Amino acid sequence: MSYYQGLQAETVAFRGYNDDQGEAYYARPLRAGRFPGIVVIHHLPGWDEWIMEVVRKFAHHGFAAISPHLYFREGPGSPDDVGARVRAAGGVADAQVVGDIAGAMAYLRGEANANGKIGVIGFCSGGRHAYLAACTLSGFGAIVDCWGGNVIVDNPNDLNAKRHIAPIDLTAKLGCPLLGIFGNDDANPTADQVNRTEAVLKRLGKTYEFHRYDGAGHAFFNNTRDAYRPEQAMDGWHKVLAFLNRHLAAPAASVAAE
Amino acid sequence: MCSYIVEKAALVGSAKGGKGWMRIDTANVYFDHPYHSTLDHVLAIDFTNEGEGGRDRVAVELSAQSARALVERILAALASGEAAHGAEAV
Repeated sequence: MSYYQGLQAETVAFRGYNDDQGEAYYARPLRAGRFPGIVVIHHLPGWDEWIMEVVRKFAHHGFAAISPHLYFREGPGSPDDVGARVRAAGGVADAQVVGDIAGAMAYLRGEANANGKIGVIGFCSGGRHAYLAACTLSGFGAIVDCWGGNVIVDNPNDLNAKRHIAPIDLTAKLGCPLLGIFGNDDANPTADQVNRTEAVLKRLGKTYEFHRYDGAGHAFFNNTRDAYRPEQAMDGWHKVLAFLNRHLAAPAASVAAE
Repeated sequence: MCSYIVEKAALVGSAKGGKGWMRIDTANVYFDHPYHSTLDHVLAIDFTNEGEGGRDRVAVELSAQSARALVERILAALASGEAAHGAEAV
């Protein structure tokens, strides 16, 4: 068989912030080999079916992908009900999220199929979380921010005990290449905020690439929403996978040695 | 747009969900991305009993226009109903 496709996807237990045990959705290719890892961060409404499809998509494309359920502490319950409880409580604290992302990264690193390189991608509030994690944790080889809102905080009243810092203010600590995907019609982040984020990355000499799409707003990859823009999403996915392969693929020597 | 803005309304009432009837004391109301609807944003209401921990809810996701129409119909129903039956004290 010249073109074997297979993957395994399942819920697994991982250790997150405070060594708390939570659930994560994990998918990896079934073929032999070592694979780059990717931590997939869900959006504010919760750990939904679409984010699990994203995890499987990454496995289909040769990644070991894991999406930690950032709201597991509010369970048990269906992800939508748990998400509603978290929203009613004002969201999750940044420190807790970063700890959970670190735990998901450690899970990937501990798997026998790991090639040692791990990236992080997030969507919407998850884009902000990914940006925050990449500026806070060491060990990521790439970060993808898909329309993360509130990376720049223009209204200081939007900062609180759970989210006490604007991620943009941590950019100097960003230690890996960043890919940004944005819709020009998005209200959060606005095109102006995207421009200002890019200006900070440029001023600090960070490795980054931004792609902005006309005719698209927030969440335009999400094919369960009216926001879905197939042409822009196809191009965006191509850029995401190319970026991650460029920065996370195993060196040729280690692949040849397998 | 993935905000954390939630309007809380104190309620006296009951709601019927997957587990049957329950007392409710709170409506969490927000306009944000939905979980189920295909719309980009919805007016969502979670009816819950926070006094009992808020674990269960009865949820709706409405378009902005239909939510405004619902507000009008609620007020109209109250006006006609109270005209017929008299206003309740609670």
